[in-house]
Amino acid sequence: MYNSDKVIPGIIIFVLFVTLPIWWNHGKSVAAPEPELPKKGRCVESKEYMRSHHMQLLNVWRNEAIRQGMRIYTSSDGARFWISLQNGCMKCHNNKSKFCDRCHQFAAVEPYCWNCHIPPETKKFKAPKASGLLKLFGVPPVLHGSSQAESYGHAEH
Amino acid sequence: MNVVAALVAVIGMVIVVWFGVGVLKLYTLFGVLVPYAALLTFLIGLIYRMVNWAKSPVPFKITTTCGQQKSLPWIKHSRLESPANNFEVVLRMALEVLAFRSLFRNLRADLRGRKLYYGSSKWLWLGAILFHWSFFIILVRHLRLFTYPVPGPIKVLDAVDSFFHIGLPHLYMTDVAILAGLTFLILRRLVDAKVNYISHASDYFPLFLILGLVSSGMLMRYFLRVDLVSVKEFVMGLATFHPKAPKGIGVIFFVHLFFISALVAYFPFSKLVHMVGVFFSPTRNLPNDNRRVRHINPWWEGVPPKFLTYCEWQEKFKEQLEQAGQPIDEDCYKEKKS
Ligand code: HEC
Ligand code: HEC
Ligand code: HEC
Ligand code: HEM
Repeated sequence: MYNSDKVIPGIIIFVLFVTLPIWWNHGKSVAAPEPELPKKGRCVESKEYMRSHHMQLLNVWRNEAIRQGMRIYTSSDGARFWISLQNGCMKCHNNKSKFCDRCHQFAAVEPYCWNCHIPPETKKFKAPKASGLLKLFGVPPVLHGSSQAESYGHAEH
Repeated sequence: MNVVAALVAVIGMVIVVWFGVGVLKLYTLFGVLVPYAALLTFLIGLIYRMVNWAKSPVPFKITTTCGQQKSLPWIKHSRLESPANNFEVVLRMALEVLAFRSLFRNLRADLRGRKLYYGSSKWLWLGAILFHWSFFIILVRHLRLFTYPVPGPIKVLDAVDSFFHIGLPHLYMTDVAILAGLTFLILRRLVDAKVNYISHASDYFPLFLILGLVSSGMLMRYFLRVDLVSVKEFVMGLATFHPKAPKGIGVIFFVHLFFISALVAYFPFSKLVHMVGVFFSPTRNLPNDNRRVRHINPWWEGVPPKFLTYCEWQEKFKEQLEQAGQPIDEDCYKEKKS
């Protein structure tokens, strides 16, 4: 073999790259997550359907509620549900970290819904911290008209 | 017809899987045995090809160049077009592999009336770059199915790729790009008469196979959907050599898995080996330093040929040279002074 000083490292890099999934996990298989299911009752649709299609259902819900003002969903077997993430799904699945998050962590998805929607575990609300940028431009952390306007920003009147 | 043969082969594969998994329930065969056999074929096949290439002697230094080679100090040397050392070779090779630099110079030739016209043609370059980069990014993104915990860079890649947040699950940009690239590459062979004429079934088959792979993947993500948690559990089992019989996963996943197994097993025996072949091309992996470094022909190893000086050669063929009226170099017969 010619140029074995270059070819052999090349072959080793190639094999390492192809077998990355094998050595990355050190041959240890990871158990599938076990989301905590509500003790009784049923879901909106069948369990199998929910497991694979819930994100598509949520998308339909979101569009129906916000774009068509349709807030009632009739499932494939005729049962009716309120269309709502916080007051629908999360009323039955009232622990996001033990339900939604367990699967999502395993599958490495981070739904951005919780940027705006509030998971049931969140009980207390803290006033947002003023960012450095706001301070730099002298913007008061709470603007006029909000519920806390009394304690800030009065002096400017 | 070549196209039809390739198309029938790919559609036949879907039917085989649909029958084998959907009807006969051969989960272990299609889920475990076929993928493992395919991966082994891929690894052993490609290593064999690489060793085989590395064993082939390169008798001459045949670097392709299209620029000024390194010579006298005041002549500007084109480092990329005529690499003079290994570093410049690596630089040129990297640009070739990552940016398809030589394809960028692709020209088209057209007959208009009785005149032949040449013109710039970047479409092939664009289609190829869309296709190859999307394929690579999709492949890397798939590591989220093979690893736990999933490495941060892969999550970042995923987030960037689904940046536009279209639909749920989000549409990936690379999915659109690879479809666009593949469509162009297939249409090029079908529509352009010059390319059509030189296309074999072995040109269409990889294209249709990859189109099948991509469409089954997109069907699985955006339309039919499978339970991804079960899929990941199963795939992780495969990757860690604890294969479990997959349960509750739709047939579309097995179609996808069969397509990738077929692609991978076909790889070492087809035009697709250009992925590793490019690194073994003597026209691209040698520096153009013929004038400075003597390239020893490997054929001579162990059996050095007997060389003749000009004078020895002239002596050998003197009679014939004289008969043919060729001039004889008299210097050869002068006494050496020094
Ligand atoms: C009325 C209560 C209720 C509502 C509303 C509800 N679920 Fe469920 N969900 C359940 C129950 C109960 C189960 C377990 C079903 C079973 O075991 O058959 C379940 C199962 C699931 C599962 C399958 C989990 C698994 O591992 O098997 C998912 C995913 C899910 N729900 C998501 C949702 C989403 C998303 C929503 C909102 C669109 C929602 N659920 C709304 C009660 C509800
Ligand atoms: C059985 C496991 C499981 C449970 C329980 C579950 N999910 Fe999911 N979810 C997934 C998987 C897997 C994906 C990724 C699918 C994909 O990428 O194709 C996902 C994706 C999503 C997405 C789309 C995210 C994206 O960026 O593509 C949303 C939104 C979502 N889930 C909401 C929820 C909510 C809300 C709950 C809790 C009520 C929940 N899920 C519970 C498994 C689950
Ligand atoms: C930018 C902030 C924001 C993000 C991010 C967001 N939502 Fe919403 N969502 C809203 C607002 C505002 C409403 C309107 C509430 C109303 O009118 O009842 C809403 C309403 C909804 C509704 C119907 C009404 C209800 O009570 O729930 C659904 C379902 C919904 N969102 C699902 C989702 C899902 C699923 C995601 C993540 C994939 C998501 N949203 C991400 C802001 C957001
Ligand atoms: C053993 C190898 C592979 C396995 C197990 C596999 C599995 C999967 C799974 C489970 C999905 C659905 C993902 C989701 O729902 O989010 C998917 C999607 C997809 N796959 Fe594969 N796949 C493999 C190889 C490949 C390869 C080599 C390609 C090459 C292009 C490919 C192309 C796609 C595409 C285009 C999608 C659509 C969604 C996306 O881009 O991620 N797959 N694959």
